Amino acid sequence: MTITTTRHRAGDDWLRNALPKLVLSPSFAMVLIFVYGFILFTFYLSFTDSRILPSYGLVGWENYTKLFSVRAWGIAVDNVLIFGSLYIVICCALGLMLAILLDQQIRAEGFIRTIYLYPMALSFIVTGTAWKWFLDPGIGLQAVVRSWGWESFTFEWIKDSDMAIYTIVIAAVWQTSGFVMAMFLAGLRGIDNEVLKAAQIDGASNWALYRRIVIPQLRPAFMSAFVVLAHMAIKSYDLIIALTGGGPGTATELPATFMYSYTFTRNQMGIGAASATIMLMSIAAIMVPYIWSELREKK
Amino acid sequence: MSTNASSQIIRTGSGARFVIYTILALFCLYYLLPLYVMVVNSLKPLSEIQAGGMMALPGEWTLDPWKSAWSTAQIGVAATGLKPYFLNSILMVVPAVAISTVLGALNGYVLTKWRFRGDTIVFGLLLFGCFIPFQMVLIPMARMLGLMGLAGTVPGLIFVHLVYGIGFSTLYFRNYYEQFPTELVRAAMIDGAGFFTIFYRIMLPSSGPIAVVCIIWQFTNIWNDFLFGASFSDFDSQPMTVALNNLVQSSTGVKEYNVHFAGAIMAALPTLLVYIVAGRYFVRGLMAGSVKG
Repeated sequence: MTITTTRHRAGDDWLRNALPKLVLSPSFAMVLIFVYGFILFTFYLSFTDSRILPSYGLVGWENYTKLFSVRAWGIAVDNVLIFGSLYIVICCALGLMLAILLDQQIRAEGFIRTIYLYPMALSFIVTGTAWKWFLDPGIGLQAVVRSWGWESFTFEWIKDSDMAIYTIVIAAVWQTSGFVMAMFLAGLRGIDNEVLKAAQIDGASNWALYRRIVIPQLRPAFMSAFVVLAHMAIKSYDLIIALTGGGPGTATELPATFMYSYTFTRNQMGIGAASATIMLMSIAAIMVPYIWSELREKK
Repeated sequence: MSTNASSQIIRTGSGARFVIYTILALFCLYYLLPLYVMVVNSLKPLSEIQAGGMMALPGEWTLDPWKSAWSTAQIGVAATGLKPYFLNSILMVVPAVAISTVLGALNGYVLTKWRFRGDTIVFGLLLFGCFIPFQMVLIPMARMLGLMGLAGTVPGLIFVHLVYGIGFSTLYFRNYYEQFPTELVRAAMIDGAGFFTIFYRIMLPSSGPIAVVCIIWQFTNIWNDFLFGASFSDFDSQPMTVALNNLVQSSTGVKEYNVHFAGAIMAALPTLLVYIVAGRYFVRGLMAGSVKG
C-alpha cells in the first residue's frame, strides 16, 4: 500500500513539474522550426545555386556579389533609405504635433482620435487602391483640379520615375501617422506635472516648457516610434504592390518586392534568399537591442 | 488613457485655441479624404468619375458598382465577384484567431505563473519571431506546405497565420498575466488546485479585456494580410486582399474605378467595423505591440 502511494505521488510530481513545459512546448517547437529553422534554411540557400527550386550546390558568396551588382537591388536599397527616412521623420513630426495639440484639453478629443487612427485598421491593399486612383492624373487630384478651372495644374508623381517613391511616402504616412500620434499622446499623459509647475512658476514660456521639459521626456516614445516605423518601412510590400506595383519600371522597387520577384517570377532563388537575409539582418540590428532592453528592464 | 494632460498646467489663449481647433479639424479632413473618395465613387456611374468628378457627390446614385464587385466582377480568370474570396477570408480568419488566442493565453500563463529557468529566453525567441521579415520564411514554408499537402488551401493559410501569430498573442497574455497577483495562484496551489484548474477558475475569468485585445489584433492582422495570401493560395483559396488586388490590377478591359472602390470598402469593412465597435481595445493592442507594458 505505502509503496504504491509514494510511487503514485512521484508520478504526480513529475507530471506537475513537467505539465507547464509540456503546454508551452508545441508553440515553442513551432517557432523553433518555422521561424528559426526556416531562417537557417533560407540563409543556407543564399549560398547555393538554387534557381526555380532549392538546390544544394554551394557557391560561396556568389549570390551576394551578384545581388549587389544588380541594378534593381541598388534601386531597392536607395528607395528604402529615402522612403524609410522620410516616412519616419514625417510620421514623428506629424504625430508629435497632433499629440501636443490634442493634449490641450480639446473637446471631442476621443472622436478626433478615432478619426486619426482608423487608417491603422485598414489593409495596405485598401489604402493603396484608394491612393492609387486619387493620385492618378487621369481621374484623380489632377483631373479634379483641372475640372475646377485650373487648367494647367499638374500632379503626376505616380507616373514619374523620379517622384513615384514619394507617393508611397504620402500613402504610408497617411496610414500610420495617427498611430504615432497615439504613442506620443500616451507619452505626454505620463509626464510628471510637478516639474512643469515649477518651471512655469520660474516664468518659462509655453514654447520653452515643451522644448526643454516635455519633449525630452518623450524619449521612450520616440524610441518605440522609431523601432516600429523602421521595421515597417523595411518590411513594406503590400502598399507598393497595390499603389505602384514597383513601377513605373522599377522606380519604386523595395527590398521586399525585389525578393519576391527574384525568387518567384525570375527564378533566381539564391539571389532572392540573399536579399531576404540582408532584410533580416537590418531588422535584427534594430529589433534585437530593443527587445533585449525591454526584457531586461522587466526583470 | 489618464486625463492628467500637461495642458492643465500649460494654458493657451482663446486665439491660440482657435488655431488649434482649426488645425485639428483640417487633419480630420485629411484622414477622412480617402474614405470619402472611396464611398462617394462607389455610388456613382463610371462616366462621372471619368469626367473628372471624383470629389463630387454622385449626380446619379447607383448601387450597381457594389453588386458588380460582390458577385459579377472579373477576378483573375473567373467572373465571380469578391463574394467567394470574402468567404475564404472568413474561413481563414476564424480558426486562426481562435487557436492562436487560446495558445497565447496558455503560453502567457506558463511564462508568468510557472516560471522556469530560461523562460525569458523562450519568450524573447517567441517575440523576435513576430518581427522578422517574412520574406525569410517564404521559400521553406512553400515547400513545407507542399509536403504537408496544404499548398494552395485555406487550411494551409490558417496554419501559416497560426504559426506567425503565436508570438503576439503570447506577448499580450504574458504582459497581462504579469500584473496578476501571483499570491492568488500560490494559495490555490496550496489548496491542491492543479495547473488547468487554476487556469480555468482563476486566470480565465479575469482575462476578458486582454482576450478582446488579442482577438481584435489577430483578426485585423490576419484579415489584412497580403504577403502570405499572395504566396500560398490558389485561385480558389485566395483571401479578400489578394482578390481585391487582382480586381484593381487587372489590365483587361475598361478600368471600372467605381467597382474597385466598392471592392476596397468591402475588404475594409470587417476590420473597420471592429475598430468602430471596439476601438479602445484595438488601440491598446497596438500600444502593447510596440511600447510593451
